[in-house]
Amino acid sequence: MTTTAAPTTSRAPARTGRLRLRRDPWGHPRGLAIVTWIYILWSLAPVLLAIRFAFNEGRSRSAAQGWSLRWFWQDPTLSVFHDPTLRSALEQSLKLAGLAMLIATPLGVGLALGLQRWRGRGSGTTNRLTLLPLVTPELVFAVGLFLLFTTAFSFIGLGTTAQVIGHVTFSVSFVVVIVRGRLQTIGGDIEEAAADLGAPPWEVVRRVLLPLLLPAIAASLLIVFALSIDDFVVSQYLASGADTTTVPMRIYAQARAAPTPALNALATLMLAATLLALALAYAVFRVLTRGERGGRSALGQLASLEATIDAGGTK
Amino acid sequence: MASRRIWRTLAAPGLLWLIAFFLVAFYAVVAVGLGNVTTLFEPVPHWNPLDWNVGYLWQAVQDVVPGGVTWPVVVRTVLYIAVAMALSLLIGYPVAYYAARYAGRSSGIVLVLLVLPFWISYIMRMFAWTNLLAPDGYASKALNALSIDSLFGALGLMDGSDWLGGQPITVILALVYGYVPFFILPLYASLDRLDHRLIEASRDLGASPAESFRRVILPLSWPGILAGMVLIALPMFGDYFTQDLMSGSPNTNMIGNAINGYVQGGPDKSLGAALTILLSLFLLVFMGFYLRSLRREQRGTA
Repeated sequence: MTTTAAPTTSRAPARTGRLRLRRDPWGHPRGLAIVTWIYILWSLAPVLLAIRFAFNEGRSRSAAQGWSLRWFWQDPTLSVFHDPTLRSALEQSLKLAGLAMLIATPLGVGLALGLQRWRGRGSGTTNRLTLLPLVTPELVFAVGLFLLFTTAFSFIGLGTTAQVIGHVTFSVSFVVVIVRGRLQTIGGDIEEAAADLGAPPWEVVRRVLLPLLLPAIAASLLIVFALSIDDFVVSQYLASGADTTTVPMRIYAQARAAPTPALNALATLMLAATLLALALAYAVFRVLTRGERGGRSALGQLASLEATIDAGGTK
Repeated sequence: MASRRIWRTLAAPGLLWLIAFFLVAFYAVVAVGLGNVTTLFEPVPHWNPLDWNVGYLWQAVQDVVPGGVTWPVVVRTVLYIAVAMALSLLIGYPVAYYAARYAGRSSGIVLVLLVLPFWISYIMRMFAWTNLLAPDGYASKALNALSIDSLFGALGLMDGSDWLGGQPITVILALVYGYVPFFILPLYASLDRLDHRLIEASRDLGASPAESFRRVILPLSWPGILAGMVLIALPMFGDYFTQDLMSGSPNTNMIGNAINGYVQGGPDKSLGAALTILLSLFLLVFMGFYLRSLRREQRGTA
């Protein structure tokens, strides 16, 4: 792995390789490679160990003790499947993520389409307003919604509805960023052609733009699902009691209280749901954009998307 | 014109949603912070600016200046975040640089592994460390066997050998662990675009590797470093859960804990709202900077 000879020298004799090395001492930044791989190990190993403990046979969640599915469903009282507090947390998380995904995506797609073409008065302000939730610290945002639902909007109150509204509000901006990226890749030619051929604006949107946006819409749905399921601060501030507790809230409440590996099992299931949603988003995006030339790879798009995202932190 | 109206109609629902639940929510913080309370200390928001009562805001200002009750928390927050950002730079820069320039054939897999922590819930990543840093956890056993606890103790960074027992060093390192992926990715994106020919030119003109790094690469990396720094500073200033999970001691409380305590715990919701206003005003500088670079980026790819 450390033999990073440049592809161009692969046919040349070894001596040339050494000469290149002497001329350009950065050709083999072995120290940098080691630092990078140690960092990657450090960033992922704790999570892998937490997952490993979920499969423990014993009760310890700080040491490996055999293998079993006891903490997922075999244990009759303490497993995720049988402990009502853990099970309802999982159900609440999935419910919020499902609803947030179905509400935030259409709102975001409409907003992105509108912003892309709407020029003139109000468009600049709207644009800034759309980006603002991405850079607002989650605590400020959560305190605002909490005070809103306990004062002016007290007819909504705290609870599941408030939690869904909160998740939708921070997700809409992500959908806008994803869809606008796709609109830029598509360009305006096809749309103009449709308009020139006499299609009224609604038809252009329905028969030209929406089909072309399908990959971005699919990706948005699943990314909102992943963002919502990982959220902690907004869920906690807008919760109203035990039955509105989500998985991250349950983990936060019990992490220090010496629980059983069932908590690890719960965290593992949540991670599996997130990664499944993302893998699906990636696969769907790939399949739907197959055969397009000139665009960047789906992986590249995903990476640059994440680079623009987000100051929210816990999402 | 129908063609123009359609775009506004499409944007309207999302726009109204953001106004109702983002702008008005923020205004609720202002209205409560500048409002009043009932005899039961429940906040009474003053929505009309003419009715504003600056009492709580004034109290919050007095709390966060030297001599105030929240002043030590403010100092601690700035100190923790400054150290965490410096460590993030030391760890993140080499990693981003390697991934952008030298990963070669393995760049795809390196990128996936660098992106992965983004999508693992922050709470789960902290939870993983509470497993490892518990007194019988693998990490705390290894660290104590290497006498790292005594070393930190001698340096005054740690007290005893319980890593989860209110240690500032644990909170700072947890902040680094939590946020460094958010620093690496924007930095990676900016280093990836760095023009290699400029570095080659500097070498051809006789610069040593160190000189070429200092005078060419580093100046070209500054925008990426700044963007990454801002991106992690914003959530760190609003963080209360890292401290709660990794320490839980009032001796390591940060400003986020203070706000969370007022708003969720005690009767002083109005004071909490006033502190949130002050924090937002402070962070506005960072947010404005980041929004500007984000918009420049959008325009650049258009």
